[in-house]
Amino acid sequence: MTLLDVRGLTVRTGDGRTLVDDVSFTVAGGERLGLIGESGSGKSLTTLAVLGLLPDGMTATGSVELAGTQVIGAPEKRLTTVRGRDAAAVFQEPLTALDPLMRVGRQIAGPLGRRTGLKGKDLRRAVAHALAQVRLPDPERIARAFPHEISGGQRQRVALAMALACEPRLLVADEPTTALDVSVQAEMLELIDTLVREREMAVLFVSHDLAVVAKVTDRALVLKDGRVVEEGAVHTIVGAPREEYTKALVASARRLESALDLRSAR
Amino acid sequence: MTPVLELSDVALRYRGSTHNVVEGVSLAVEAGHSLALVGESGAGKTTLLRLLLGLARPTAGQVRFDGTGLSGRNREQMRRFRRSVQCVFQDPYSSLDPRRRVGATVAEPLLSLGIDRRATAGPKVAAALERVGLPADAAGRYPHEFSGGQRQRIAIARATVCSPRVLLADEPVSALDVTTRVKVVDLLAELKQEQGLTLVMVSHDLSVVASLCERTAVLERGRVVEHGDTAQVLGRPAHPYTRHLIDSVPRLPA
Amino acid sequence: MTRTDVLRPVRDEKAPPRGRQPRGSATLVTGCVLAGLIALLALVSLFWLPYPADDTSGGRLAGPGGGHLLGTDKLGRDLFTQVMTGSRIAVQAGLGSVLIAAAIGVTLGVLTAFAQGWLDDTLAAFLDILIAFPTLLLAMLIVAARSATLGSAVLAIGLAQSAVVARLVRVLVKRVLAQDYITAARTSGTSWPRTVAGHVLPNIWPTLVVNLALQFGLAVLAEAGLSYLGLGAPPPNASWGRMLQEAQATFTTAPAGALAPGILLVLLVIGVNLIADGLRDTLDPATRGRRA
Repeated sequence: MTLLDVRGLTVRTGDGRTLVDDVSFTVAGGERLGLIGESGSGKSLTTLAVLGLLPDGMTATGSVELAGTQVIGAPEKRLTTVRGRDAAAVFQEPLTALDPLMRVGRQIAGPLGRRTGLKGKDLRRAVAHALAQVRLPDPERIARAFPHEISGGQRQRVALAMALACEPRLLVADEPTTALDVSVQAEMLELIDTLVREREMAVLFVSHDLAVVAKVTDRALVLKDGRVVEEGAVHTIVGAPREEYTKALVASARRLESALDLRSAR
Repeated sequence: MTPVLELSDVALRYRGSTHNVVEGVSLAVEAGHSLALVGESGAGKTTLLRLLLGLARPTAGQVRFDGTGLSGRNREQMRRFRRSVQCVFQDPYSSLDPRRRVGATVAEPLLSLGIDRRATAGPKVAAALERVGLPADAAGRYPHEFSGGQRQRIAIARATVCSPRVLLADEPVSALDVTTRVKVVDLLAELKQEQGLTLVMVSHDLSVVASLCERTAVLERGRVVEHGDTAQVLGRPAHPYTRHLIDSVPRLPA
Repeated sequence: MTRTDVLRPVRDEKAPPRGRQPRGSATLVTGCVLAGLIALLALVSLFWLPYPADDTSGGRLAGPGGGHLLGTDKLGRDLFTQVMTGSRIAVQAGLGSVLIAAAIGVTLGVLTAFAQGWLDDTLAAFLDILIAFPTLLLAMLIVAARSATLGSAVLAIGLAQSAVVARLVRVLVKRVLAQDYITAARTSGTSWPRTVAGHVLPNIWPTLVVNLALQFGLAVLAEAGLSYLGLGAPPPNASWGRMLQEAQATFTTAPAGALAPGILLVLLVIGVNLIADGLRDTLDPATRGRRA
């Protein structure tokens, strides 16, 4: 069953430059799709268009069907019901994703209360449970903390807990580990992988890092200058890239990695 | 041989803080032996870098340059120090003054250190820009006309224009795309080779460090937990934290 | 989750073009025309006036036309003459106050931006208290100490505004000082004075110039207000504020006396603000480069 169907998505700026050019893909329920691309590839704009969150002055044409709802041209009110229920997102910068003046617990309680209808003590327990699910130690303490009082990795877990609180059918993750330390990144990827598998949630995972995408997804699209240049199973893309650009991307990643192996082998 | 830069039993505590950000750190930067400072956020990498740049003074221990203690009061020494030790920063967007032409930015060390006058700096600036692979007309343009990778090249040109002996680099490629990253790493390797630069690189990315630095020091919570030849530290890590860091690097499927 | 999403900047895309059309020069030209017109009036008033300031030969409250372009006021003085002298006073008040505010404010702002720890907090509180101190009270004190002249009014307004400018400059400088290019300048051996002149001031300039233009407008209005209360330039110097005050009673029968200074006041304030906007845009290498 197709959960997300993007056909001929094109994003243009106010002055007519095309930033995303005729991008098409589908994500089935429970499927994990990666979008790989570097700066200016249009990968983030694609995810924003999927959520109906394009910045002012940009227009999308084509078709984005999310769980049967046409996102392009939909009124904001309709989108608000789709976001959260059908799709939720985690972005690169956890600090800007959270309200700095609101305790973490309350930020999660908002969407959680709306979905479950819980109140008071029950809601508080549900919040603690949501925080515990993203493996945050001492969830009660974290719930009482302000975003600046917890570490970057913890903040990203809170953002993930917020996204998962509504039990969306599609999780959109845009460079969710790029701002994190290596070891925190490894834990975070592991966590996303497990939680998504448990819930049979579909994932649209965006990153410039091939190795990171490979950890979480099975199939991937390679974007360059707003166009899809290659599409296929992740291990095929990495193992036998067809396009020049993909080859260069894989070669660069391998170059850096091999430095590590040479040293370790000695 | 006397190390160019040396930290001996250095500690630093910020005002109003109850604990040291770095503690008991002893490291030596010897000419020709590039050093990597590896660790995660909060490990004190950036603090060490500030100490090595003479931007912060240790609350205990000593920072030595060419064997003598670094002192802000000794102007002659500071001038020699600034000329010998230059720096490249992580964020290529914040490290270039948006209101200065690239040529003026690159010329800044030459003029400020009194090596050249505005009139005579031109050829050196052009040479520095050429060395980092930028077109000759770059000097007359503004930073916003360049991409992240090119900006980092400009920053490297500024840091190398006065022919320093040591180049300190704070996560110089972590803000860049993978393909750009490889090119900048290549550039640094080239400068190391051709200019005889000694690199001190702060990074959380072990792969970048591995290809550029002969020595590696691993930092955890303000202390050096492991220190030695890069091959040895990465190949046979002695400390569990080092092993953990190495295992955390995401790898491409074979 | 709507909030979490909307706030997020688009990180990995190429910077979207800002203000592609050559906005700067058009606003600059419009601003110069508006402010220039009034400056011209002010300049001419130094050498030539249609009537002497105390000439009442035209009769009371004459309508526009005849020998009097805008008519006369209730004492029979020529309104156009007053408008011209008023424009000179307005320009003097605006420029004088802004110069005082800029000189004191920028110096104080830059110095306090370098303060750290408790000194930083103390200076910030000090500036806030200065800002809270009413301009009117300050003006009355200065007038009491000196006399009710244009100079006293300008001094009071300038002093009051310098606290506002200082606080703004302090914040702007602090933000610039946190940038890596400042650290780079330091590690390149650039001295603090040179860093301030070469990096800090050029980078706070765009925001500062817009704010100073705003202060210019406010100063003109404040001078009008003070002379309305009799704390500004003494008669027979007709400042726009005094004209407004005097025309108040006869507004319904002879509106020209209030409309003329009122409209010019608005035009001057708009003109100066447009100049500032235009300057900011033309001085920014990012927008300038795009235009080229």
